[in-house]
Amino acid sequence: MCLGIPGKVTQIHEQDGILMAAVDFYGVEQAVCIATTPEVALGQYVLVHAGFALNVLSDTEAEETLKILRDLQPFNARLTEEDQSK
Amino acid sequence: MTDPTANLRDASLTKSILAEVRRITTQPWNIMEICGGQTHAIMQYGLDQLLPPEITLIHGPGCPVCVTSLQAIEQGLQIASRPDVIFTTFGDMLRVPGNQADLFTARSQGADVRVVYSPLDSLKIANANPDKQVVFFAIGFETTAPTIASTILTASRNGVNNFSILPANVLVPPAMHAILSNPTNRVQGFLAAGHVCAVMGYHEYLPIAEQYQIPIVVTGFEPVDLATGILMAVQQLEAGQHEVTNAYPRFVTREGNQVAQKIISQVFEPVDRQWRGIGTIPLSGLGLRPEYASFNGLPRFELDQTPLYESPLCIAGKVLSGIAKPLDCPAFSTECTPAHPLGAPMVSSEGACAAYYRYHRIPG
Repeated sequence: MCLGIPGKVTQIHEQDGILMAAVDFYGVEQAVCIATTPEVALGQYVLVHAGFALNVLSDTEAEETLKILRDLQPFNARLTEEDQSK
Repeated sequence: MTDPTANLRDASLTKSILAEVRRITTQPWNIMEICGGQTHAIMQYGLDQLLPPEITLIHGPGCPVCVTSLQAIEQGLQIASRPDVIFTTFGDMLRVPGNQADLFTARSQGADVRVVYSPLDSLKIANANPDKQVVFFAIGFETTAPTIASTILTASRNGVNNFSILPANVLVPPAMHAILSNPTNRVQGFLAAGHVCAVMGYHEYLPIAEQYQIPIVVTGFEPVDLATGILMAVQQLEAGQHEVTNAYPRFVTREGNQVAQKIISQVFEPVDRQWRGIGTIPLSGLGLRPEYASFNGLPRFELDQTPLYESPLCIAGKVLSGIAKPLDCPAFSTECTPAHPLGAPMVSSEGACAAYYRYHRIPG
């Protein structure tokens, strides 16, 4: 139920007085209501749930998280090697 | 702009993070993932099997279909069965058993039950069917709340008078209080539900962490997200800390989506709500504010008070409270299967019993 799928905003328009966007999910386009994320700009990613964008992706945070996690990788590879050589 | 989920299913990255969990774990810890979507992802990717034996994941009550009260389901069945009604619902709800029947049964007997992707679809149906009452089954946590509130605001603005909801929304923080104040509680750390926090932020959890001295980590849904959430929870547990930390910052900030929160509180107010298998939790539901009370579907129809019947075999309440696991249930995969569920956790794509049925690897 709380599944949220990230998709890219490709178009913004108003329909029946409500703010809508066309959102691209890896090639599948879907109409999504952006009433709760009116600040979103074309090309940004939104988290979509039940036909609504719940929030806008923070690109810098996404990069930062991946960087920290990648930094962990060589460290753990070394640990695993040490474990195995014991 | 990068693809936000690229690399987040990377097996070697997930294994590295879990290797770090193994390295720092010195004693047993029980961590609850609140959200049923996370339970499914954990089972699907086998993350529970990759954890050190000291770490037990306890599955939480975050399955809205599972906790929607039997009374609400019976009310939904009665409303749906009326000839003047089109009943709209998220698809997960169709097979949740009521006393005897579910919404699928009602549909097979002639009820006009329609699955919608977005609550807004109900308004299109209402506009196309002015001689019918369109009633939407408003279930879910803080993720569906802004979608339903926006739909009600749109209906109000556009004068869609043949639309209403059956209110059944629930809230996460009161459920955490209920779990933590239970004398049989075993939970020592929480993975907070990332998408609920995308809407609500995580400031609501600061007093909970403080009051119960428990670490809470906002966690996402991809394998790398879940492994990171577990690592951050174990780091705190091993260090004796009880902070609220954020392992899902690409979608979650402390304050959350304030536009969405404003829309929710414009339409809804906290009310006491019955959770299936758990009981009534004070101020754990969302009821319509007086200004929008006309969108409550219940007073529009005369409903019978039916006695409520739960299967005596089903231990859903214990599973949803984290007291028992699905495999503890004698009916699991015998009398109770996804094709013939005795309880809601075997139905939903987020129910713990359905996750175990689909993904659990029997050792040996």
